[in-house]
Order: sequence, then C-alpha cells, then structure tokens
Amino acid sequence: MNNSVSNTARLLGAGLRALLLLTLVTGVLYPLVVTGIAQGLFPDRVNGSEVKADGRVVGSSLIGQAYNLPLKEGQETPAPDLKWFQGRPQNGLGTNSVNTQYELILSGATNRSGDNEELIQWVKDAKAAVVKDNSTGTYKVKPSQVPADAVTSSGSGLDPNISPQYADIQVHRVAEENGLSIVQVQKLVDEHTEGRTLGFMGEPRVNVLELNIALKELVAKS
Amino acid sequence: MGPVLAGVLQLLALTAALALAYKPLGTYMAKVYSSDKHLRVEKWIYKGIGADPDTGMRWPAYLRGILAFSVVGVLFLYALQRLQGVLPGSLGFAAVDPDQAFNTAVSFVTNTNWQSYSGEQAMGHVVQTAGLAVQNFVSAAVGIAVAVALVRGFALPHSQLRSSGGTPIRTGELGNFWADLVRGVVRVLVPLAAVAAVVLVACGAIQNFSGIHEVGQFMGGTQQWNGGAVASQEAIKELGTNGGGYFNANSSHPFENPTSFTNLFEIFLILLIPFSITRTFGLMVGSVKQGYAILATMATIWLGFVALMMWTEFAHHGPAFQAAGGAYEGKEVRFGVGASSIFAVSTTLTSTGAVDSFHSSFTGLGGGITLLGMMLGEIAPGGVGSGLYGMLIMAIIAVFIAGLMVGRTPEYLGKKIGSREIKLAACYILITPTLVLVFTAFTMALPTPANSMTNSGAHGFSEILYACTSGANNNGSAFAGLNADTQWFNTTIGLAMLLGRFLPMVFVLALAGSLAEQKPVPATAGTLRTDKPLYTGLLVGTIIIITGLTYFPALALGPLAEGLA
Repeated sequence: MNNSVSNTARLLGAGLRALLLLTLVTGVLYPLVVTGIAQGLFPDRVNGSEVKADGRVVGSSLIGQAYNLPLKEGQETPAPDLKWFQGRPQNGLGTNSVNTQYELILSGATNRSGDNEELIQWVKDAKAAVVKDNSTGTYKVKPSQVPADAVTSSGSGLDPNISPQYADIQVHRVAEENGLSIVQVQKLVDEHTEGRTLGFMGEPRVNVLELNIALKELVAKS
Repeated sequence: MGPVLAGVLQLLALTAALALAYKPLGTYMAKVYSSDKHLRVEKWIYKGIGADPDTGMRWPAYLRGILAFSVVGVLFLYALQRLQGVLPGSLGFAAVDPDQAFNTAVSFVTNTNWQSYSGEQAMGHVVQTAGLAVQNFVSAAVGIAVAVALVRGFALPHSQLRSSGGTPIRTGELGNFWADLVRGVVRVLVPLAAVAAVVLVACGAIQNFSGIHEVGQFMGGTQQWNGGAVASQEAIKELGTNGGGYFNANSSHPFENPTSFTNLFEIFLILLIPFSITRTFGLMVGSVKQGYAILATMATIWLGFVALMMWTEFAHHGPAFQAAGGAYEGKEVRFGVGASSIFAVSTTLTSTGAVDSFHSSFTGLGGGITLLGMMLGEIAPGGVGSGLYGMLIMAIIAVFIAGLMVGRTPEYLGKKIGSREIKLAACYILITPTLVLVFTAFTMALPTPANSMTNSGAHGFSEILYACTSGANNNGSAFAGLNADTQWFNTTIGLAMLLGRFLPMVFVLALAGSLAEQKPVPATAGTLRTDKPLYTGLLVGTIIIITGLTYFPALALGPLAEGLA
C-alpha cells in the first residue's frame, strides 16, 4: 500500500514537472515569440487595426459599430442616424456582466432558432424599417430587394460588413440626407465594394465604417 | 458567380490544400514518433521531468502517465482560475467561481473547450495564455500519443518499428508516454502553430499583451475591447482541434477570424492533422493503403455532410429565415453561407467545437447535421489522435460484422480480433452514447434546467441534447442559447467531459496492449481485404448504422421535429 502511494506521488510529481516545463514552452516562450514577430512585422494589425478620421481614432476597421442618434428620453432603443450607412442588426451583442469595472463589448449571437417567435418578429420589424427608412420621395424600396444580412444579426454581433445589395438600397436615402447626388454616393459605394477574395472566398462585402468615413470626407468637401 | 458555386469552389480549394499537405505531414509525423534522436530541448525536458524517454511502457504504465499528467493539468488550471484575482497580468479580473472553474479546467484538459464563461470578460492574460492555451497544446499531444500507442499495438512486432527514442519495442510495450507527449508538442504542434499564428496576424488577428483598449467611435463616445495573445491561441485552438475561443463569439469574432481567407485557413488547420495522421498510421503499420482506406472513409463522410449542410442552409427552411430571405442569422457577411457550412461540419466532425457561425441559428436540419457529426463519435476525421483511434475502433467493429457474416474469426492488420478485443471495442462505443442519453434524460426530467433554454419546443430540447452530446464527445460547441453557467450544467457537463475523454482512452490502451501481445497472423485468401474500397463502404455503412440506431429517437424529438415541421 505504502509502495503504491509513493509510486502515485512520484508519478504526479513527474506530471507536474512535465506540465510546468511544457507551460514554459507553449504558454510563455511560444506566445512571446509570436508576439515579438507579429509586433515587428504588423504593428497596426496586432493592436486591432484602428482607423482614424479627422486625426482621431474612430474604431477598428474589423469591428462593426452602431450609427445611431443619441437616445431620447423615454426611448428604449435608439433610432438609426439616417445620414450614415447602417450596418447589420446587433441583437446578440451584450455588455459585460462580470468584472463590471469595465464596459467591454461582449461579442455574441442571438442563438434564436428559425422557428423562434422573437426572431421572426425581429426580422419582420427590421425588414419593414429598412423598407421605410430607405424609401425616398423618388425611390421606393421593395421588400424583395432587402437582402438577408440587413435584417439578421451576425455571429459576433460585430460584423463590420454588409452586402453590396444592402449598401446599394441605402444610396438614395444617404444622398438625400446629406445633400449629395445619387451618382456621387453610388460611386462611393462601388469604390468600397470588395469582391470575394481571389474571386471565390467568402462573399462580396462593404466595410461600413470605412464607407462612412469616406462619406464624411465627401460631405465636408461639398 | 453565385454563392453556391463559390461555396463549392471553397470546398475544392480546401480539399486540394489538405491533399497537398497529406504526404509531407503524415510522413513527418511517422518519423517523429519513431525517430531515434532526441532534440537537445527534449533532453532538457526529460531531465526536468525525471523520466527516461527510452523506457518502454506496457499499457497500464502508459495509461497511468496520461492520467497523472491530466489530473495535474486539471488541478493546475483550476488553481490558476481561482487565483486570478491576485495574479498579476490579469487585467484586475476576479477569480472564477468554483463550479465554473472546475468545468473550465476539465473542459480544456479533455480537449473539449466547452465554455460556460465569456472569454473577453472572464479570463485575463495569464489564465488564457499560460493556462487555457497550454492545455490546447498538451491535450492535443495526449490525443496523438494515444492514437500512436494503438497503432503500435497493431504494428507490433514489426522489425522497423521504433518507439519515440528509437529503441526497438518489445512485445506488449506501447512506447513511452513522456516521449510521445513531448515530441508531439515540440516537433509537431509548436512549429505548425507558430507559422499559423503569423499568417493569422498578417491578416488582422490581434496579438498583444496590452490592457483593455478604449477606442473612439465614429458617432462619438468610446468602446472598450479586450486585447491579448489571440492569434497564437487561435492557431493552436484550431490545429489541436480544441475550439475554445478567446472571445465569446469564438471564430466569428473579427479579431479571431478577420477575413474570408483566414476562415478557410482555420478550417484547414482543424482538418490538417486528423486527415494527415492516417498516412502516419499507414506508414507505421507498413501499408500506406490501409491508411488510404481509413482516409477515404473519413473523407466520404466529411464531404457528404458538407454537401447536406450546404443544401439545407442555402434552402433556408424555417419561418424566420424565409422572412429574411436567407439563413444569415448568426453568420458573418465575410464568410457567407457556403463557408459557414463547411466550418460547421468540420468543427463537429472533429472534436474542435470552434464556430464561425452560430449553430443554434442554423436551419433545423442544419443543426441536426452538426449534432449527428458529433454523435458519430467525431471520427471523420475526428480530433487530433482521438479521431484516428475512434475510427480504428469502428474499423474493428466493421471487420467483426463482416466476420459474423461469413462465420470466420475476424482479423485486422494481421491481428486476430478475438473476444477480448471485441469486448473492449464494444465498451468504447457504448460509453459516449450512454453519457449523452443518460445526462440528457436527467436534465430533461428535472424542473429547473429547462429555465436555461432560450428557445422553446423541439429546439429547446435540442439545446440540452446538444450540450450533453458536445460534452461527452469532447467537442465544445453549443446551441449557445442555453445558459450553461449554472451549477447543474457546470457539474454534469464537467463529468460528461471527464468520463467521455478518459474512459474511452482506458479501453483503447487496453486494446492496444492486447494487440501488442499477439503474434501477427499471415493473411490468407479468406482474409477480408481492409485496404480496398469495398471495405471503406462497409466501414461507412457500419458507422452510420450504429450511430443511427443509437441516436435516432433523440434526433427525432429535436432537430428532425424542427426541420421537418
């Protein structure tokens, strides 16, 4: 019995030493070397691909934002600021519930199933809003024109992109709200439309933050 | 080009990339686990451990090594989380609660990476990088070690076969656990992960040790996000089929998976070792054709599942998706439906559980495909190491069934599959279904766990079934509407993960030991040729039928009821 206890203790000791040594290799040396190489080669990207406008940082080109008007009194959900291109709904996004000394963005999805009543309602409401918000005096958006990404929340809640179709149906509204011509705004969208990587990877996309920064510059110039 | 064609082209490109890597990596790993040279750094590590890497171990000793290493791993990771509040470099994050710390420690040591916490708000740099990411490496290396030990059991006695350390293996010995563990980490996982991490950073994944970033926003005000060693962890998270995200949104988070290229690249990393190790297997048993037969079985199931998934996701049945005009809920624009389908199938047919899109918001049938993938036992191609040993167990069952048909004692790779072997294989395939179904039944029978559901009806049941399936099969993905941070789920899923990882390993190693004792029998005209397409067909059929019979009633209550509504 004593023998087996001391054997077990010896084995656990070996296990602990193995763990500590491999922690040194994979938990200290490996991440530090990778960080060193990465910081040396890609100093902007390692820190979150921050983008600037008017000399100040306005976010990360990888992280989607909301473009809403300030919350009015008595309002529960803020209204979108229609001057700017709108991103996808962010119903799965949260704020941190532990370590509340911070106000971290808590990434996440809604996890609602296809037959979930709440999700069905969100989609219907979003579609009605997209149709209404983007129809102008001279341009009527049809429900069939609204792409799926415009009315659904992404996996991360932080999708920085929208489909080119969703950007296109916002052009008339954005032009009108900013006093720009439709041709000018459409040109801006086309310039910011990115095709599939190498022609086949992923889906065509428009980065909303970069598009809005360009729009702001255009408005300032005209 | 339409999205369907783009999806198919992405699948083809991925397959081509995996095919290119197959021979070099498979051959390299075969050399790693039989080379007679120790690297200098490995010698230092052996010295530190106090283990002689050239000592052969019989199966009980090999198993004791694994268990000792894993017990220490759980305790260490538990302690790190409980002490987080006083650890420097932890962003001032508080200690993790005991039940969640237990669940998380077990989860990462068992290669599951089930997460009842949200990474960005709960885990500081030290726990993530020196705790969770370390287990991503070593739990993967343990999986490969067990697979290699089983392969040696089949191959012995074989004049060419050497242990890690180069000494000829004696009858009944399976190699040296410490040598297999250290070599897996030092020679296979770390070099591959380092290259992969740099690729990810080049595409925009973050890699820093700064604190909370407070960054301006376009409309004014600021946003806060968490920095960290994300790319380095992401690389091993996929490569080691672990799946535990740095952020709550896992690989759908742009900092973990920034572009459509990185998305395909991450799927490639998930599948790289599990597919390539079939060549390692072929080389070690002295017939690469045997490896091809196993590879063909894995690839057939994987491709079939991807095709089904793309079909159902592009068809987007379900009221919400019909109203939206596409199954885009929980999916990112830069990946699209096609690539998200490939990711979902690859992560559930391996033991990964990383997600680039949220399975709970897949169509009813799509969610069912992810569930079924795990229920197959994650063998097509499966987790690193665990996929191969799981598949070899099914291979034994298949030759047994074929043997029954012709009334002949079955043999596989020159070893007789007698009553001891088939009993061990049968125990192996009974463990996870028992865990899944018993834990699901208990959870459903109790009054309170249902309060954790986000969805009701068939999908609510699927959330529970998915959680138990994911835990017992060491996958780690979720129908994440389920609030799993309760004492019930933290405890029961923790137990399911422990038993689902280590009980099968006991049977695999016992089987390996039993095979290693046997003298090989020469193949005769009556021997079933296990390196032919006919056998691959038999094996695919066996896998589907056994899994189908086991889980059909549960699947009918959940995803089938939802998908066919």
